[in-house]
Amino acid sequence: MSRLVTDTLVVAERNLVRITRAPDLLLAFTVQPVMFVLLFVYVFGGAIVIPPTYEGYTEFLLPGIIVQNIAFGGFVTALGLNEDLHKGLIDRFRSLPMARAAVLAGRTLADIATNTLSVVVLLLTGVIIGFSFDASIVEVVGGLGLLLLFGYAFSWVFALLGLMVSSPEAANSLGFIAVFPLTFISSAFVPVESMPAALQWFAEINPFTIVVDAMRALWVGQPAGNSVWGAVAWALVIIAVFAPLAVSRYRRAAGH
Amino acid sequence: MATRSEELMTDATTQGDVDRELAIRVRGLRKSFGDVHALDGVDLDAAPGTVLGLLGPNGAGKTTAVRVMATLLKPDGGEVCVAGLDAVHEATALRERIGLAGQYAAIDENLTGLENLVMVGRLYGMSRARATLRGRELLERFDLTEAADRPAKTYSGGMRRRLDLGAALVAKPPVLFLDEPTTGLDPRSRLDLWTTIEELVAEGTTVLLTTQYLDEADRLADTIAVIDHGRVIANGTPDELKDRVGGERLEVRVCAREQAPVAARALAPTADEQPLVDGDTVTVGVRGRNGVIVEAVRRLDEAGVEVDDITLRRPTLDDVFLALTGRVAEAPGDDDEVAA
Repeated sequence: MSRLVTDTLVVAERNLVRITRAPDLLLAFTVQPVMFVLLFVYVFGGAIVIPPTYEGYTEFLLPGIIVQNIAFGGFVTALGLNEDLHKGLIDRFRSLPMARAAVLAGRTLADIATNTLSVVVLLLTGVIIGFSFDASIVEVVGGLGLLLLFGYAFSWVFALLGLMVSSPEAANSLGFIAVFPLTFISSAFVPVESMPAALQWFAEINPFTIVVDAMRALWVGQPAGNSVWGAVAWALVIIAVFAPLAVSRYRRAAGH
Repeated sequence: MATRSEELMTDATTQGDVDRELAIRVRGLRKSFGDVHALDGVDLDAAPGTVLGLLGPNGAGKTTAVRVMATLLKPDGGEVCVAGLDAVHEATALRERIGLAGQYAAIDENLTGLENLVMVGRLYGMSRARATLRGRELLERFDLTEAADRPAKTYSGGMRRRLDLGAALVAKPPVLFLDEPTTGLDPRSRLDLWTTIEELVAEGTTVLLTTQYLDEADRLADTIAVIDHGRVIANGTPDELKDRVGGERLEVRVCAREQAPVAARALAPTADEQPLVDGDTVTVGVRGRNGVIVEAVRRLDEAGVEVDDITLRRPTLDDVFLALTGRVAEAPGDDDEVAA
């Protein structure tokens, strides 16, 4: 067990060091989400009718777009693992006497650091354009914790994806096809009530809606219902399903 | 080889001891991918401190065999014993005692040379300090000290391959697997790598080498196993294999490519076997040396073939390969082997 911890930390360190060497990746985590916030607030914002309990579209949007963004944080894991697979690094790791789960655990752990960075950048952007918390410190921190947990869960989904597809390009497009609609057919950008009935039904059971609603409850004082516990449960279920799948896939992984 | 078979006949228990002393011992190894029998009963032996060369056409099963021995792939059947450990049941312990370097330099290009080696050392369970010490030692040995703190993406192909080999040597493994270690390298870098491999073997490392370059196998390998269709079809020392192919080779290069088949027909009566046509070159195995060239030139002249060059030479491993597999050794990188 202690071997798993040290090996995981070694791999996580490697992944964080390499991010600083390839700063273009960092751009994807910082500039792109900021661009989306500005587009939504200033281009679409005026046309979207939000419930009167919100002060404005920025307050409605920010928790949603942060959740969307954190789910995509796992892309680094998918792309990185796929690259490692093709460059023969996974073969090398698998020939070493290291803990079997450490390569994936180290990857997903490193994602928490990049996810934290992107949440901070988005929050700062939000504050600049007028977002403010309507919450206690505990709720703010609790919200951060939930975000990182949910992002961590999606890192395992992307880990599996990265080990299954044939190229980083395929990981990119498949990841988008799978996750993009999920994030949009949710309460993240528009109120669910404004959608056609069929979409509304889907949006209501969509884990993204549950997590977004939980964030709104924690950060901007919206009614919570069961959404906070529901969100935590979803994250744990996703980890419980996808982490073993990804590790088992890794054990059988073959490079090139 | 002779001593082993003697022992086999005289004393069965001694035989068991000899086998345990082998650095690599594979018996009846089988592995299928769906309907494809990648390995169909492979036996391999390598004594400690020797180089075993694994030759074979693309897709013959070389890489699959290496992957099983390096614990990356579970066999469907057979025994695989490396460095005295079972590759399936003692895989974790075995990983402490093997190094693997392949045709794709398995290094992180965004890390520096030193960071790569330190990472591998720590994944072998070393402390950061010890891994750093060992990393510097290896960089020194592979002439990479000056590049130690540069990201590996700035390295040349030869430097990457040396770093990759360094990573495989971090734990000073007694058994080293080199899967096409010089594919894609320039001649100078290949020679350097050969010298390094020879040094390692002199220090007692056992090396299993797969290669597409038969001159590489000829120079490095103490014994060679030729694999085709997942089976070992021949093994022995390079000289033993060459002797099996028999006599001298007569090689004729014709001026016009389309005349090659004509030349082959003209030479057929003098040959031991069917002449081989490859582009503008015709190769035939012949008995003895005396008068062979005169006879060949006469026959070619009668057939009206214009000859650019004609030579008589000892068989090479290429001839062995051709005689055994019926195929010319393919140029490396033509197409990737089915890897699993």
